[in-house]
Amino acid sequence: MILATDVCVVGAGPAGLAAAVSAGQAGVTVALVDSAATVGGQYWRHPPSRPWNAVIDRDVHHDVGEFARLSNQAAALAREGALTYLPGQFVWTVSETPEGCRVRAVAEEPIREETVVDARLAILATGAMDRPLPFPGWDLPGVLTVGGLQSLLKGHGVLAGQRILLAGTGPLLLSTAALVLARGGTVAGVIESARPLRWVRHLRALAGVPARVVEGAGYMAALTRHRVTVQTSAMVIAACGGDRVSRVTSARIAQDGRVAPGSQHTHEVSLLAVSYGFTPRLELHAAAGCALARDAKGNVSVEVDDDQFTSCPGVLSAGEPTGIGGASLALVEGQIAGTAAARRLGRSGGQTGELVALKRRRRTLRAFAVAMASVYTIPSVWPEFLTDDTTICRCEEVTYAEIKRALELGASDVRTVKLLSRAGMGWCQGRICGYPVSCLIPGAPGGTADVASLRIPIAAPLPLSVLASAEQPTTPSSHLPRDPPAPRRG
Amino acid sequence: MPTFIFDGRAVPFEHGQSIAAALIGAGVITLRRTRRRNRPRGLFCGIGVCFDCLVCVDGTANRRACLVAAREGMVATMQSGTGLDDLGD
Amino acid sequence: MSPDVLVIGAGIIGGACAYSLAAAGLSVVVADRAAVASGTTGAGEGNILVSDKMPGPELDLQLRSTELWRQYAEDLAGKTFELEAKGGIAVAMSLGQQEALAELSRKQAAAGVDVHKVAAGDLLKLEPHLVPDVVAGRLYPQDMQVQPMLAAAQLLAAARRHGARLRLATEVLGATVASSRVTGVVTTQGRISAGWVVNAAGPWAQALSQRLGAPVPVSPRRGFILVTEPLPPIIRHKVYSASYVATVASSSAALQTSTVVEGTHSGPVLIGASRERVGYNSTLSVPVLRQLARGATQLFPVLAQVRVIRAYAGFRPYSPDHLPVIGVDPRIDGVVHACGHEGGGIGLAPATGEMVAELLTGGQTHVSAEPFSPARFAGGG
Repeated sequence: MILATDVCVVGAGPAGLAAAVSAGQAGVTVALVDSAATVGGQYWRHPPSRPWNAVIDRDVHHDVGEFARLSNQAAALAREGALTYLPGQFVWTVSETPEGCRVRAVAEEPIREETVVDARLAILATGAMDRPLPFPGWDLPGVLTVGGLQSLLKGHGVLAGQRILLAGTGPLLLSTAALVLARGGTVAGVIESARPLRWVRHLRALAGVPARVVEGAGYMAALTRHRVTVQTSAMVIAACGGDRVSRVTSARIAQDGRVAPGSQHTHEVSLLAVSYGFTPRLELHAAAGCALARDAKGNVSVEVDDDQFTSCPGVLSAGEPTGIGGASLALVEGQIAGTAAARRLGRSGGQTGELVALKRRRRTLRAFAVAMASVYTIPSVWPEFLTDDTTICRCEEVTYAEIKRALELGASDVRTVKLLSRAGMGWCQGRICGYPVSCLIPGAPGGTADVASLRIPIAAPLPLSVLASAEQPTTPSSHLPRDPPAPRRG
Repeated sequence: MPTFIFDGRAVPFEHGQSIAAALIGAGVITLRRTRRRNRPRGLFCGIGVCFDCLVCVDGTANRRACLVAAREGMVATMQSGTGLDDLGD
Repeated sequence: MSPDVLVIGAGIIGGACAYSLAAAGLSVVVADRAAVASGTTGAGEGNILVSDKMPGPELDLQLRSTELWRQYAEDLAGKTFELEAKGGIAVAMSLGQQEALAELSRKQAAAGVDVHKVAAGDLLKLEPHLVPDVVAGRLYPQDMQVQPMLAAAQLLAAARRHGARLRLATEVLGATVASSRVTGVVTTQGRISAGWVVNAAGPWAQALSQRLGAPVPVSPRRGFILVTEPLPPIIRHKVYSASYVATVASSSAALQTSTVVEGTHSGPVLIGASRERVGYNSTLSVPVLRQLARGATQLFPVLAQVRVIRAYAGFRPYSPDHLPVIGVDPRIDGVVHACGHEGGGIGLAPATGEMVAELLTGGQTHVSAEPFSPARFAGGG
């Protein structure tokens, strides 16, 4: 199936929804492509419902009003024919064409054919994924990411009866722990590696987003009520069990960044949820050739200008891919991107004043995100917990010993480690092991993830028979929507 | 309550749940065994990026259990090896 | 301390040269602007083929190289680089292809290649999943498979055991010259002097050769490879359509595709092969990937529902007369070329390394070096 449109938005989370609505309201046609069955992304993940169902559970979700507003606006645009919603589509590549870009997607299974969208501009709002760190036993059943736990809770109902330990770093630990309690689960403890007083250095940034401070206090209150212990400056160092996790060992990290001797503690659990923060999903950006950036700590992102345009002329990006910053920032960036895209196509959506206000808000939220990143850093001591037998690449079952052998053979970057050990060659193509491997390369302090290793040209698997089908000719410029409906205001 | 089959056993689910979620709800945590070392694996990332939750559903191997919506009458099995070890038989 | 030889390029050719030179007792430094096997070798399939070569100097070099690969497998523990004598099968799908294959294999046999005619029915016994309407085939038992990055890394490790040193992240900016001799190079990590400089820079050999004052016309010829999900061992040999040889030998810059399919030790099936001269552009070309997918499913219908999980590009070092460039450059002293192997670099590496060592130690060469001599480019400049 082939569709021609002005703007193709990939991802229907906060950034994508906001971008699609802003662009559509500014008067351009929009295709909204997303892999899930309903809009909302991971942040507003909910059980499948009627299309554009605007009511999600207040107990579980934040910014429920915002979600309702955006869903309703998107639904209105869809009714008018200005927005085409394509759920259940996994984009496997985005490439430049003379007229703009071509987005190719396939359904999950069974895959019989491709869905192709030709657009003048693409807005990549592909969100983020957890950034897990390996430790002995992390590959046991029952060990999952906090994001995975969230998706089970939000999208799929209850986890009552499970005894869950949450560990890692980041505000998600507390909020998820509170959610587990609200859903009838038992929280065995929260193990946060950050040091509690780091926030003091960032009061100015905190002041910009008071709602978050109130939220944080709320979670702590809920946990205290349920007598859940929250340890800070501590980490999980191993998980044990037969066929599933049953015991987890944690230890305190001293001021010098090393494990405090004698501080090990064992917890009985049925599930262990771990998160060391998020990392943006950049497969499509890398495939399209957008310039990527990485900071000294190894955090990667796509470079965008003031209007959310990437270095590729036909591609914008909004939300987590431009730098992890949470849903509020994603909503703002999405609005800016949608508006800027429409302007680029000759449609002046929104007053200039609005755009200025949005950009000011973006600055404040980015400052908050930077502050968060400095508080919730990845503790660099984690490789010391590894044993030779610890799985580093889950897909290909490559152990730490095998990674070391590759390093001894002369591998000095993530790609060469991959070529000599197979780490990153499996199904997930290095999405999970790429960052940890980069930390294990001597002379790469702070885990500078090589940007080149982020290239995953085929971002979603597809059968050879579908790949073998004929390439549709690019929609000529004259066939792209030329006279879209007049701009409408929400 | 509707059910699907996993390794011959009826698993109840709520409308909209993924196979993985329904299985966890039913106490089934192991979804497959790995190719090299035959070790058990379950759901890990929950959003379809880690490819650990691979199961065979209605005859198609290597489907991510966290993405497949459970449906009445669906037949799923645990995988081992490549999941396709009887390809071409 | 100035080594006898500086080898530029830490890929399969650089590795083989370093190993042969160090084993011959010379002091060697290998320099690469990136990492081990970071260029063409890192995108290679691992082909060690006699089947894709027409009789001539390249085939002679390959026959010697095949022998050396077997020896390396013994000397260096071949399973550390997954050397596998799996054999290759060329398959004709039409009468025209059958005739071309018959003629080629006749000539190859006369030149010393072990090739066996296989009737259609027997082809299906060798490869049960081949499409049944295959017309004829030839089996080449001498064709082998290797994991190219591990092989390059192991050759370099072996060279280091003989005293060679490896300097990565070291890019050559220019040469130092004295009395019409290249005496070393200037790099991003300082100067390196050496008695000889070996150009093993793969598809970048031309730019390097210009910096050394000894230009050779090697250019990139892009190829893509598709990688499938891990599969059981349903494909036992390297299997290619009979049009493969013509594609390799073509001088056209336009897209040439010809099907190559094989299984690997760890499970995924690799699918090639495409050739285009588009400079160093490694952006995925979906139309080319479609052709590769089409070719593979036509030869092996069982692959239709198998999923592709990765595709990548590599640049073969293309030489305009389809022969590698191996030998001492006549225009300026101190430079040896070991480049221009197109898609045959992995297979030809050991014999190339041996030839370079023989030329630099003044010995006889096992294979005649004359056809590969850079002197053939020295004429018009």
